[in-house]
Amino acid sequence: MRTSFTGFRIAVLALAAISTVATTACNKEAPAPAPGAAPAVPAAPAADDKGPIKIGILHSLSGTMAISETSLKDVALMTIEEINAAGGVLGRKLEPVVVDPASNWPLFAEKARDLIQNQKVAVTFGCWTSVSRKSVLPVFEELNGLLFYPVQYEGEESSWNVFYTGAAPNQQAIPAVEYLMGKKGGNAKRWVLLGTDYVYPRTTNKILRYFLHSKGVADDDIMEKYTPFGHSDYQTIVGDIKKFATGKRTAVVSTINGDSNVPFYKELGNQGIKATDIPVVAFSVGEEELRGIDTKPLVGQLAAWNYFESIDNPVNKAFIDKWMAYVKKNNLPGGDKRVTNDPMEATYIGIHMWAQAAEQAHSVNVDSVRQAVGYQHFAGPDGFDITMDAENHHLHKPVYIGEVKADGQFHVVWKTDGPIKAEAWSPYIPDDKGKKADWLYPWACGNCTAAKFGTPSGVSAAK
Amino acid sequence: MRKLHGGEVRYAEWGIGRQVNSRPNNLGHVNGVRLAHWQRRLLTSVMVAVAATALPALAQAGPLEDSLTEAIDGLGAASDDKINESIGKLGALGDPRAIAALDALCDERLRVGTDGHAYVWDSKTRDLRSPLTGQVVNPEPRPLKEVEVSNEIRRVAFPVLAQLKLGSPDAAVRLAAAQELSNGGSAEAPALLRGALAREHDSNVREALTLAIARVDLGSADASARLAALEVIGKSGDDDFLSTLQQIVGQGADGKPNEPDPRVRAAAARARNAVISHQRVVGFVGDLLHGLSLASVLLFAALGLAVTFGLLGVINMAHGEMLMLGAYATYTVQTAMHGSRFNLLVAIPVAFLSTALVGVLLERTIIRHLYKRPLETLLATWGISLGLIQTVRLIFGAQNVSVANPDWLAGGLQIAHGLVLPWTRIAVVGFVIVVAVAVWFILQRTRFGLEVRAVTQNRAMAACIGIPTKRVDALVFGLGSGIAGLGGVALSQLGNVGPELGQSYIIDSFMVVVLGGVGRLAGAVAAALGLGVVNKLLEPLAGAVLGKIAILVFVILFIQRRPQGMFAIKGRVEA
Repeated sequence: MRTSFTGFRIAVLALAAISTVATTACNKEAPAPAPGAAPAVPAAPAADDKGPIKIGILHSLSGTMAISETSLKDVALMTIEEINAAGGVLGRKLEPVVVDPASNWPLFAEKARDLIQNQKVAVTFGCWTSVSRKSVLPVFEELNGLLFYPVQYEGEESSWNVFYTGAAPNQQAIPAVEYLMGKKGGNAKRWVLLGTDYVYPRTTNKILRYFLHSKGVADDDIMEKYTPFGHSDYQTIVGDIKKFATGKRTAVVSTINGDSNVPFYKELGNQGIKATDIPVVAFSVGEEELRGIDTKPLVGQLAAWNYFESIDNPVNKAFIDKWMAYVKKNNLPGGDKRVTNDPMEATYIGIHMWAQAAEQAHSVNVDSVRQAVGYQHFAGPDGFDITMDAENHHLHKPVYIGEVKADGQFHVVWKTDGPIKAEAWSPYIPDDKGKKADWLYPWACGNCTAAKFGTPSGVSAAK
Repeated sequence: MRKLHGGEVRYAEWGIGRQVNSRPNNLGHVNGVRLAHWQRRLLTSVMVAVAATALPALAQAGPLEDSLTEAIDGLGAASDDKINESIGKLGALGDPRAIAALDALCDERLRVGTDGHAYVWDSKTRDLRSPLTGQVVNPEPRPLKEVEVSNEIRRVAFPVLAQLKLGSPDAAVRLAAAQELSNGGSAEAPALLRGALAREHDSNVREALTLAIARVDLGSADASARLAALEVIGKSGDDDFLSTLQQIVGQGADGKPNEPDPRVRAAAARARNAVISHQRVVGFVGDLLHGLSLASVLLFAALGLAVTFGLLGVINMAHGEMLMLGAYATYTVQTAMHGSRFNLLVAIPVAFLSTALVGVLLERTIIRHLYKRPLETLLATWGISLGLIQTVRLIFGAQNVSVANPDWLAGGLQIAHGLVLPWTRIAVVGFVIVVAVAVWFILQRTRFGLEVRAVTQNRAMAACIGIPTKRVDALVFGLGSGIAGLGGVALSQLGNVGPELGQSYIIDSFMVVVLGGVGRLAGAVAAALGLGVVNKLLEPLAGAVLGKIAILVFVILFIQRRPQGMFAIKGRVEA
């Protein structure tokens, strides 16, 4: 009896070991909790069809990016609550799974893997900096996850597994520079491209440099400077800007990210630089970032976004009311000083579009939902009917340029007539010539110069 | 040296108490109301300017008063073009009473009432005031509409404001106005500038006015006027003129020189060289001063550590968090005092005492059990650091909090043209000197310092002669933490205040202490100075990122060569 029992135990162990090895071989990663049940596609298994749908939220709640990303987590939770209150998706409740990658880029990849493999989330909303997105991208592609990325970025990317609800450069950076070149913006002739040292500022500035060349600006009139994350001593740089600005009308394009913006703007104020002399247009400074700054010396400085809290329309008003009510109900830090901003709006739109697509696909399976996200419409708080582009996975967005007011809000001084289509690959970069992001047949590719599925004779189906 | 001011203009300064009800019957007296001397002068010059240009605003007959009120109400118009037009009218009228309204317009304090008139919102007293008299309007014509202005409007309004302010009785206001006009403001009123120069007594304002006139004269048809202007510019060393000078010296596309007169060309070349050499000197001095300022920050971060690490030998990874607690103490005091002007001064003792208390508590509860076990101290203090960060995050939120600079630290000291040293940085340099001297005094000149040094040199012997070594340990740790708290007050004025504030300074502070020689106050001061200045001299050459790397490499090499640091001491740490 004793021997046979031991034998049985050994057999069970061996079986378990084999199945574990098999799973690991399929998964190339940590063993799944239930051996043999690990699906290739991280959609909820059939048995869970009545349970809640897990939604991943991947934003830094600590570290240098917490200043920007914490609110995105909050607004995501609010949106999920809103959808649940309206009956959920496919009759099932959404269940948020919040993780904190702590502004640590490799940790983003680990947390993303954990969300998809262990938590089995149907979709993830997250990332702010491009370096974090680049870090999780291979994970989402390998495990066929689905990421909604809510922040303006440098373009030069289109992934099968990512939907970009923030602006591409032609929806933010290029219009802003064009505005400063114009009479209203002050006829800038000289440009300081100032950024934090990572992929987003460097790529954006590369595109802007080509763009400025195309407008006849010489390299002598462009100054490019980078500072590390969390840099706090801007004395020398602001001094250099002042020196550079003598003689010709100069504008600063700031891609400084995170909390370095506070010492930068403080230094501008201290050294007496006014927005009328040297305007600074920022792409990562919105209402939320201004909350941590004494805004008096900043009045008149610019930001380009696709949404401002000060935009006056009923949809936005409802959005802000909902947000303030949520803040109050949950007693979030900051209380009635909390604001809405562009990436929050993009998160809000993204979650709703995913929910709509899941309803339409009648599934939360990644492959099914992805096909339905393209062409989704949503009445955005930015005042327009916002569409997801099925070709390049980017939103069509309006562009607003605002000046900082003393109360930390923006006064819109320029806007486009309506939403404009994103250009994932910049037409200004010579290397990108002919590159196309088009996930529809026959291209089905995010980075191609010829369609993947050519005509039978082998002729490229390029338009 | 000049002092920059950014204050708003108050009515009292202008001495405008009574209404002026009809058009002037003679210059200087308006319907029996005697105008101040400078107002009369301004009015005279405006009249001259207006007569010369024959502006339509005055050509139409009508009381001056009405057109002034009308133009001020026009500032609240809905369209930008209308606002710009009204600003132009006010400039043409040249009445300094428009200053309050224009200032309010630029600062977004202008409101339009339901009666269609423009009012000035006083953000301090929360009152609505009449733009002309400054009297409180009651009842307010609510709802009020805020006039939103863009840079486009400010660019029009600033030169007009500057022209009007040239007649201010306050020399600082006149100086700011003259500088605004010399910075390429509208050169439409050279007559006004010359008039202002003729009656100006303040030498700084005269200089700025001369420069503003020189800018106008550069475009003059008269070669001798251009020569005189170049002379002035060369003497000023103002680098704003550099590109203009280059252009005068250079040649056009057709190969002909831009300036026909060879004498003027030679003068321009001289002026250009003078400006360039002036700029070079200013740049170097600027780098040195910025280095000094960075050194003061480094020293503040390191001073407390020099005490705890240097004297007790505790590798305190939670030192950065003491800085952070000091900064949060400042924030708490500021919030509690509702933005009173001197909350920063109150924050200094509060920050010192609260962080010192936390330090003593930590020492008594945790660190004292770990003396002589450096590795465990390192891990334990690191754990404490994480715990403190998380605690602060739970209380104040993960977001940074905003600590405002008090108004008496706003702006900066203009050392030379193009080189402004902010008052906050100057204050930090001064504060760190005071604190360093105080620490030196405590350690070298008090009984407590004597005991500390005795314990540091030989603990057993010190205990034998009756020094309470444990109490000394706790107090030293408290002192080090308290100094870090003072550092936090200073840092809150320069950068971000967030839960991770300390993390960005901990490496720098260890670098300073190790480089300077563990346990030596003078070493910390010298190392902070050296690192700060070298960093700032490298930054323009190599960029901020490379500069930082170069410094780290340098410190590593230095420590390899000289492990005891710049200044060596015999003490417990060495054992």
